[in-house]
Amino acid sequence: MKRHNDGTPFIVPSLILIALITIYPAVYALYLSVHRKLPIFGISRFTGLDNYLFLVGDERFWNAFRNTLYFTVVSVTLELVLGLAIAVLLDKAFRMRGIVRAIVLVPWAIPTVVSAKMWEWMYNSDFGILNYLMGTDINWLGSPFWALNGAVFMDVWKTTPFVAILLMAGLQVIPRELYKAARVDGAGSLDIFRRITLPLLKPVILVVLTFRTLDAFRIFDAVYVLTGGGPANTTETLSIYAYKMLFQTLQFGYGSTLAIMVFLCVGMISLFYARLLRGGIAE
Amino acid sequence: MKRPAHFAMLLLLCAFCLGPLLWQLVTSLKPNEILTTLPPILPDRLTLDHYISVLAERSFVKCMANSAGVAAMTTGLSLCIGSLCAFALAKLRTPFKAAVLGFVLSASMFPPIATVSPLYLIIRGVGLRDTLWALVLTYTSFSLPLSIWILTNFFRQIPDEIHRAARVDGCSPFQCFYRIMLPLSLPGLFTTAILVFIFSWNEFLFALTFTATEASRTVPVAIALFPGVHEIPWGEIAAASVTVTLPLIVVVFAFQKRIVAGLTAGAVKG
Repeated sequence: MKRHNDGTPFIVPSLILIALITIYPAVYALYLSVHRKLPIFGISRFTGLDNYLFLVGDERFWNAFRNTLYFTVVSVTLELVLGLAIAVLLDKAFRMRGIVRAIVLVPWAIPTVVSAKMWEWMYNSDFGILNYLMGTDINWLGSPFWALNGAVFMDVWKTTPFVAILLMAGLQVIPRELYKAARVDGAGSLDIFRRITLPLLKPVILVVLTFRTLDAFRIFDAVYVLTGGGPANTTETLSIYAYKMLFQTLQFGYGSTLAIMVFLCVGMISLFYARLLRGGIAE
Repeated sequence: MKRPAHFAMLLLLCAFCLGPLLWQLVTSLKPNEILTTLPPILPDRLTLDHYISVLAERSFVKCMANSAGVAAMTTGLSLCIGSLCAFALAKLRTPFKAAVLGFVLSASMFPPIATVSPLYLIIRGVGLRDTLWALVLTYTSFSLPLSIWILTNFFRQIPDEIHRAARVDGCSPFQCFYRIMLPLSLPGLFTTAILVFIFSWNEFLFALTFTATEASRTVPVAIALFPGVHEIPWGEIAAASVTVTLPLIVVVFAFQKRIVAGLTAGAVKG
């Protein structure tokens, strides 16, 4: 009986597939990152840490790193603040709540490529609706300042719904009696939000931050389609730089080194949040 | 908050979420001559020309079919393999359970950019480049952590007694799985299916890299690489965007509750 309850055969297919298509390629990328590999010329030779040493002095890498960091910090912060406001708004009981929730999910469900094309059209400096509505004459995707912030706005529009939905679910777990009791004790709305809602929502906020920070740091498709990394590399994120090295200049060695750097950063971010989460639960 | 204020905020929220898409819809219906004229915001003439020219394009329709095929096959495969694993993790004696779950979840943090070039070399090596299988296998692997996570949580909610009773009655673990567990967890399977389908329908990085021609090209890639002879065909792009987004809008409105349940699975409880 005991032997027949063994779950090993059930987990094997999943583990094989993940090992073959996720883990093995990542290890292979590590191998490539210490090589000089140009498949079209049949060049492949071991170069030790040369790629990594080159990376330290590579101004374009640091530029991409700064862009990625700026993009991550600004967009995740905006998404959290806006998402929290939307979650509070949706937490109240009102008619047609289901429909409003579905509407909020629309940006999340739209393919990233479609969203990027939509925003590219709205940002168009000559015929774009944004300049028209605001009465401005901004060259959105042509100026370094606006292009990166434009990418941030687009991401905020697309992913705030995800943040809001998770936070809303977190709000619904908080017992209503707590609010009532606080009201009876004479607490104002702001006090209740600061002293009750936020502390109880903290674990969910951390989970949301983990998901969003990891995704934002890996950003590729949205910005790649919106700006292609331009103008003059001012919106080039680490993933875009790596992709261009890999598939436009076909330098599989150095491109992999860049990809491994994304991997390392993402790993450190997850460890950081994992510690915060464990600390929060231990409290 | 007072009721009118709350209502006004909700309206603002809906406008924020739907605005860009509605503008894309308006653009897709504008005749070419007035495509770039503003004002008026709402055109006085509408046309279906852009839709006709997009749908008359054989390659675009082929890409839609590719996308649907890849998304459907990925969903099926991910659910089959993932539910087996989730069942073992939730109900069976499995060695190193915590480690297996940890391994699966940490795989979901792997950045696609770190795996795309080795996978490209592997796929080219085994001759799968520019085939639907290259995408189906990759997407299945990348969606497995999500499937396993949601389904494990779902199976855990089914009382152990049901499983044990079936075992005592002589069901093998596998019979138990497909005769008892699967029928009982149809909502969970359905939730997972929606999320995996949306993920595969929308994915761009792997699709861009592994596909070369319309033999396997999916819609996101087709839209990103939309051919323009002289200038960017904004009307056609808008029409294509609306066409691709429409199925998703239908899914979102029909299954809003399921999607919310799937997205929040695990994130809220811990």
